[in-house]
Amino acid sequence: MLKNALSRRTTLGLMAGLLAAGLAGPAAAEVDFAGKTIEFIIPFSAGGGSDTWGRFNAQLLGKYLPGNPVVVVVNEPGGGSTKGSNLFAARAKPDGLMILGTSASTQFPYLLGDPRVRYDYKDWKIAMAGPTGGVVYTTPTLGLKSVDDIAMLKGKDLVYASQGATSLDLVPLLGFKAMDLKVQHVFGFKGRGDGRLAFERGEVNIDFQTSSAYIKNVQPLVEAGQAVPLFSLGVLDEAGNVVRDPTFPDLPTYPEAYEKLTGAKPAGPAYDAYMAFYVAGFPAQKMVFLPKDTPDEIVAAYQKAFEDMKADPAYKDSAEAVLGTYEQVTGGLAQALFEKATDLSPELRKQVATMLASDYGVKLGQD
Amino acid sequence: MIDTLFTALGELLSLQHLAYMILGIFVGLVIGVLPALGGIAGLSLLIPFIYGMDQVSALAMLIGLVAIMPTGDTFSSILLGIPGGSSSQATVLDGFPLAKKGEAARALSTAFFSSMFGGVFGALVLTGFVFIARPVILAFGSAELFMLAVLGLSMVAVLSGRSLVKGLASCSLGLVIGTIGAAPATGEFRLVFDVTYLYDGLPLVVVGMGIFAIPEIIDLMRSNSAIAGNMPLGKGWTQGIRDWAANWFLSLRCAAVGCIVGVIPGLGGSVVDWIAYGHAVQTTKDNSNFGKGEIRGVIAPESANNAMTGGAMLPTVLFGIPGSGAMAVFLGCMVLIGIEPGPSMVTTDLHLTYTMIWSLALANIIGAGACVILAKPIAGLTKVPFQYMAPFMMVMISFAAFQSTRSVQDLVALLALGVVGVLMKRFGWSRPALLIGFVLAPQAETFFYQTLQFNGWSFLERPGVIIIGLLTLASVFFGLRNRVDEHGEIVDASEKVADVPQFRAHLPQTAFAALILAIMVMAMMDSLQRDFLGQVFPLSVSIIGLLMLGILIWQLGFAGTGHHSHFDSELTGAHGSNVAVHGVWAGLAWIAALVGLVALVGFVLGVVIFFLAFMRMRVGASWPRSLHLTAWAVGGCILAAWALSLNFPSGVLQDFADLPWPLR
Repeated sequence: MLKNALSRRTTLGLMAGLLAAGLAGPAAAEVDFAGKTIEFIIPFSAGGGSDTWGRFNAQLLGKYLPGNPVVVVVNEPGGGSTKGSNLFAARAKPDGLMILGTSASTQFPYLLGDPRVRYDYKDWKIAMAGPTGGVVYTTPTLGLKSVDDIAMLKGKDLVYASQGATSLDLVPLLGFKAMDLKVQHVFGFKGRGDGRLAFERGEVNIDFQTSSAYIKNVQPLVEAGQAVPLFSLGVLDEAGNVVRDPTFPDLPTYPEAYEKLTGAKPAGPAYDAYMAFYVAGFPAQKMVFLPKDTPDEIVAAYQKAFEDMKADPAYKDSAEAVLGTYEQVTGGLAQALFEKATDLSPELRKQVATMLASDYGVKLGQD
Repeated sequence: MIDTLFTALGELLSLQHLAYMILGIFVGLVIGVLPALGGIAGLSLLIPFIYGMDQVSALAMLIGLVAIMPTGDTFSSILLGIPGGSSSQATVLDGFPLAKKGEAARALSTAFFSSMFGGVFGALVLTGFVFIARPVILAFGSAELFMLAVLGLSMVAVLSGRSLVKGLASCSLGLVIGTIGAAPATGEFRLVFDVTYLYDGLPLVVVGMGIFAIPEIIDLMRSNSAIAGNMPLGKGWTQGIRDWAANWFLSLRCAAVGCIVGVIPGLGGSVVDWIAYGHAVQTTKDNSNFGKGEIRGVIAPESANNAMTGGAMLPTVLFGIPGSGAMAVFLGCMVLIGIEPGPSMVTTDLHLTYTMIWSLALANIIGAGACVILAKPIAGLTKVPFQYMAPFMMVMISFAAFQSTRSVQDLVALLALGVVGVLMKRFGWSRPALLIGFVLAPQAETFFYQTLQFNGWSFLERPGVIIIGLLTLASVFFGLRNRVDEHGEIVDASEKVADVPQFRAHLPQTAFAALILAIMVMAMMDSLQRDFLGQVFPLSVSIIGLLMLGILIWQLGFAGTGHHSHFDSELTGAHGSNVAVHGVWAGLAWIAALVGLVALVGFVLGVVIFFLAFMRMRVGASWPRSLHLTAWAVGGCILAAWALSLNFPSGVLQDFADLPWPLR
């Protein structure tokens, strides 16, 4: 391992010259990154989920891309991930030497029309999409024994620890709203782990965790009778329907729980708003992009590398901890997710923006 | 449990695991010695190595690095007066004056023994504490966390300096700076003036460097002597161990404080050194020496910050909640080697937790030992004429500052805060008070809002809140009796400060007070445009600030000659009557030139031009010597940037020309 890393250093030494050479012309038909350094822009600071995900992939990408280039993670944090994405939009050339890893917090400001966004997903080609899922759970002190009692939540004063109305927690917010639950969102939490702590302290009585955190930290609470799982967010099948999450086959999905609670099939503008942000936040939470003009061979090389790495023992070892039981996808499926995740009708956007402004005082800038 | 404890030790003591730990310690020392490159940079360096490593080796290496960080960064705090990391800022207060007296080696050795003790103590406590940590951590709700932030703020009382009014005004200014960016309750952006850089708030490194490091550099540049002047370099580690032994009880108490602050998630490590320092002042009978080079002022923060590192591992490991940026990266590393934090870390994965604790203890012993040996030779730096040190230090703090967001704006903010810092130092405004306000502003606001949402005003009836409240009152009471001043003297309120009676002599500092007043008015106007929840905190803070400034300006105009608010080091300080020294503005102009050059031609080219100009024009060095030193400075920056795989901030030139790394 040490040896590997040292050779990375030596290669890096040649970086300046080779990079200049690489920038000079478009790549030849035969894609070969030998001796090159690829910058993997992660618009988040070191540490945290997106950075860990980026570093996990970077190492394996270098191993499976043709010519075994050095893939370095370059953290460009700021502006809730808009700064690094803007930088990629302005700087990246169609040569495959700079790629961008986005997350839900990159998608949401784009969808909501944040004035700091100066990137457009339509200018990019997708190389890979990484889905994730999660579970909403509550406390037995409200009287519920299982999700079958979900109707008991009606009219109860629920409290949720949120990272902010425009963060990933917008998805549970819209979900609760569509279900017509009375939820008080308390903002300013630093992460979902922070929120879980508030749940364990009894400060909040409804919470959401992504799958791997749920399995590790909430499952023991469920077994001890201190938490009651309500529903998983579910996963999207090829046809775009929400189906049960294979990680939690016994848990109903959000649409199922919705039906249990209200007695009607989910529909209506509130549900549409939930679905729009659900797709942008979970089935396509993490995505890797190249500039639009990148030759197809290069995009194909990336897709192949992302597929090939799945057989690697290093991938298998930490995939569950990093990715949370979901496979990263490429090709047609990734493309479909990408299109669904980054397209929001103007009416829906206006509806969500108006709701955020009137209920939570969130101003999204000039619209 | 005992069984697991020793199995973990046995496993760790194999050659391979020890070798990795020593590698971690080595990287930690190198990164730690460089000012303000902290745990985040160090861990990022190690990440490429951890793929495919077994879990015990990886943990040993990572902890070796994390554990030793607050030990290594003592070098720059004591020798250069540059805070080496966010939790060794208080060490500067007495450590640097000791270095100026030629006692750098003594201060360093004492600091290292304190660090070693704190670190090992932390590890010992953790061994048993890990089992009861969950309920303890869960006992601290938003209400208690808010009160802890208030307890932290109460340290302002002891650190206010001669003039309590100035101290409170400094703290208000810090609180206002801390509210820049998104409001926790509503997400509204406050005081951003449409500047994208300000949306995320100012980074701690930039504020710390600007307020503490720049004024020291400027001050030293005015006379061209070495930091230690003509003083002989004092005794080394034998004196150090005696100093520590004489104060072992203080060290123990501060280590306990550090451990507790570390264990509680949400408070963060940036105030632990100030709390320990304040405690040392409050509990020392003859405290007239604090701020002038009191060894207890070094022992307290250094014992606390290493103990804190250990404590901070608990919330990370048991709940997956990182207490600091470095812990966030550590958490990421754990996930990458397939360890997921959670309750299983005290059951099925207990051996991993014990591996971490043992690594912590061993790393502290090995690392501090290495530092003690290095203390004497490295202390020699304080005998180098400062004109040669100054440009290196300016480049180093710039390099450290732009780590936060990688943009030129970091440097502009650094310069602006540097000017404020220089003036604060000159007029006797407490810089620690500003920093404490800045660090605690978001925490105080967030937790207050959250606890009101959760508990309403009944949070005041919670036993934890009452206990911490009483501690706060005691802290304020003892603090006000023993105020410590950066400039050395502990002054009771009746003592007069030397003064020059003309009205004109007060004009500069009246102008400075008016400037801060204007900032407060601006903050108040800005807050009035916000929703109630986004407004209430900055509004209250700015009103308190305005009140303090009103009193201060009245005192400046009408109080009798020699009033304690009239302090101005240009009139009474060391440089006051000496005509041979350079002015304050010349030094600031050099820093401004560096920032300007970086904005024009990017960091690397900017540093080249700056260094050559400084060597030729200011130092008057020969061309070969100038080129030689420039090469060292630029080479060092490029090497560090290359190892950390980061891009330098680019300037106007880079907008026009597509230059290869590292010039772009």
